[in-house]
Amino acid sequence: MSDNPVIERIKEEVDSSEVVLFMKGSPVFPQCGFSAAVVQALTLMGVKFKGIDVLQDAEIRDGIKQFANWPTIPQLYVKGEFVGGCDIIREMYENGELGEYFSDKGVETGQNAA
Amino acid sequence: MPMSAVDIEQMIKEAIPDAEVRIDDLRGDGDHYAAFISSAAFNGKTRVQQHQMVYAALQGRMGNELHALALQTSAPEDG
Repeated sequence: MSDNPVIERIKEEVDSSEVVLFMKGSPVFPQCGFSAAVVQALTLMGVKFKGIDVLQDAEIRDGIKQFANWPTIPQLYVKGEFVGGCDIIREMYENGELGEYFSDKGVETGQNAA
Repeated sequence: MPMSAVDIEQMIKEAIPDAEVRIDDLRGDGDHYAAFISSAAFNGKTRVQQHQMVYAALQGRMGNELHALALQTSAPEDG
């Protein structure tokens, strides 16, 4: 699909887990307020996700922007699909769309487990 | 070099002429903004696509000179 090896690596990451968050810092120690906000939304919803720290990898940090045609980090992917950055996730969390989205995608959340 | 709210609004309107744009300078530091943008051009587009249109209008400045621009887009059709 691409001759850029970084893009291939990103694609593998995105396909490796149901929910993948490219972020600055780790889920436990986010290094940026926008990344922290998305981690918090996912955590409050009880969604398991894999966090990828772009600060540890300059190639991914740069490549992820091309990958989704999206200039900023964090970026959330669910089942290989780009869902959005911080603003979109926050908006979806606040209006309840995020819960619907996860249940449509068949992703388990703490809330829907009941 | 940070961008002014006026520059941001102008670039968005150049690319999306019918856009109604409101820019808030969140901290009064000329570096952290929130933009509220409504345009018929967003009709039928996903939120990701709407934001991509705004980022395209900013021609690569987002994530560079423009460190923090929280976006909220809406299409008139969506009410």
